[in-house]
Amino acid sequence: MAMEFLRPATWDEALAAKAEHPGALPISGGTDVMVEINFDATRPEYLLDLTRIEELTDWSADGERLRIGAGVTYTSLIADLADRLPGLAMASRTVGSPQIRNRGTVAGNLGSASPAGDAHPPLLADDAVVEAHSARGVRHIPITEFYTGVKRNALEPDELIAAVLVPPADGPQQFAKIGTRNAMVISVTAFGLALHPSTGTVGAAFGSAAPTPRRATKAEQFLAAELTESGRWDSRAELDPAAVTRFGALVAEAATPIDDVRGTADYRTHALSVMARRTLVWAWTDYRRKRVRTCA
Amino acid sequence: MKCTVNGQPQEIDDVWEGESLLYALRERMGLPGSKNACEQGECGSCTVYLDGTPVCACLVAAGQAADRDVVTVEGLAEDDELHPVQQAFLDAGAVQCGFCTPGLLVATHDLLEREPQPSDPEIREALAGNLCRCTGYEKILDAVRQAAATSAQSKAGPS
Repeated sequence: MAMEFLRPATWDEALAAKAEHPGALPISGGTDVMVEINFDATRPEYLLDLTRIEELTDWSADGERLRIGAGVTYTSLIADLADRLPGLAMASRTVGSPQIRNRGTVAGNLGSASPAGDAHPPLLADDAVVEAHSARGVRHIPITEFYTGVKRNALEPDELIAAVLVPPADGPQQFAKIGTRNAMVISVTAFGLALHPSTGTVGAAFGSAAPTPRRATKAEQFLAAELTESGRWDSRAELDPAAVTRFGALVAEAATPIDDVRGTADYRTHALSVMARRTLVWAWTDYRRKRVRTCA
Repeated sequence: MKCTVNGQPQEIDDVWEGESLLYALRERMGLPGSKNACEQGECGSCTVYLDGTPVCACLVAAGQAADRDVVTVEGLAEDDELHPVQQAFLDAGAVQCGFCTPGLLVATHDLLEREPQPSDPEIREALAGNLCRCTGYEKILDAVRQAAATSAQSKAGPS
């Protein structure tokens, strides 16, 4: 079957093309889409190239959030935003290789909506919002409502991701990922943590351990209550080891992983509890030093 | 499709824009230097510059390269003289079967453009997306260090 290549020069043209051909597959960095095409796993009728639309590669401050254009590569994000989005930058550094990070985008991770996408745990932990556009208008989708199933998301057929909106860090953030080597790995499982001292809340989320990336809500609530009731947000005292253990256990409880080629469900559950404990201790150590950790 | 490859304007017909830039380079433009192996961005053997940025050519749709500037391993040497990075790979014995070499040369070229005197961790990070199944990487690391030293010497001027 022939595949037509659409190359809109402007965002309006792109939205018009997507409205006319809802089955068109958007392509930006190509690091997921081209793999599918090279292996004949997908053969869309239309491929919608978004790389001619320069404004997509911009990021800016948008009120209380940073607006990261859909074409911002992982390399740019790491270079420009690691100080304000340390968790997302840490996750970005673990994506593929330099060549992949030079092309791949957070929006592409969202479009693919693989449970293993590295950007998802920090986006969930940080209450990101997906800005979806269509010829009909603009829709803001809270990240917790965005992932609807394995490689499925809440986008309507005529919508394109214009940007992702992420509040800058107000406290320490961490990310950890299990893989067989330090580069070029799809995560066996991954975990993102964001402490929000300004609101007394906690963001904790994982990937590759459920049909979708997922927040560990009970673990978040437990830790936030523990830190508030013990006065630790203010005192910055050492964590109670029992609370750290409980936090890890609650994160693991939130997971519903499967056995697959990358790891077993048991291993993933265990690894999540370990990563949750470790990242919490790292983040809290940063908090006690009264600074935000900016590099992995 | 029109683009610039190694400084030369190229115009090729019958390109299916959804095919990879790698396929277009190898099969339609007669530039087989960039190697085709994994077709999923894992091996780095097809690394080329796209508008000055190293990318896996297998993951760029040919249509995305239209009107862009591409540099392949064939574009590194000037006339008959090897680029210092290429010479260093030869001198250090960093080439065995040679399949991964074009990608490693482009990745190393980019590293030294950005960081003329890279540390070992910087070299490892820069080459993390390029797989070699022959050398065990030691000779490759030697070659990168040697290329960095050579270009530092040539910048210092003839002694």
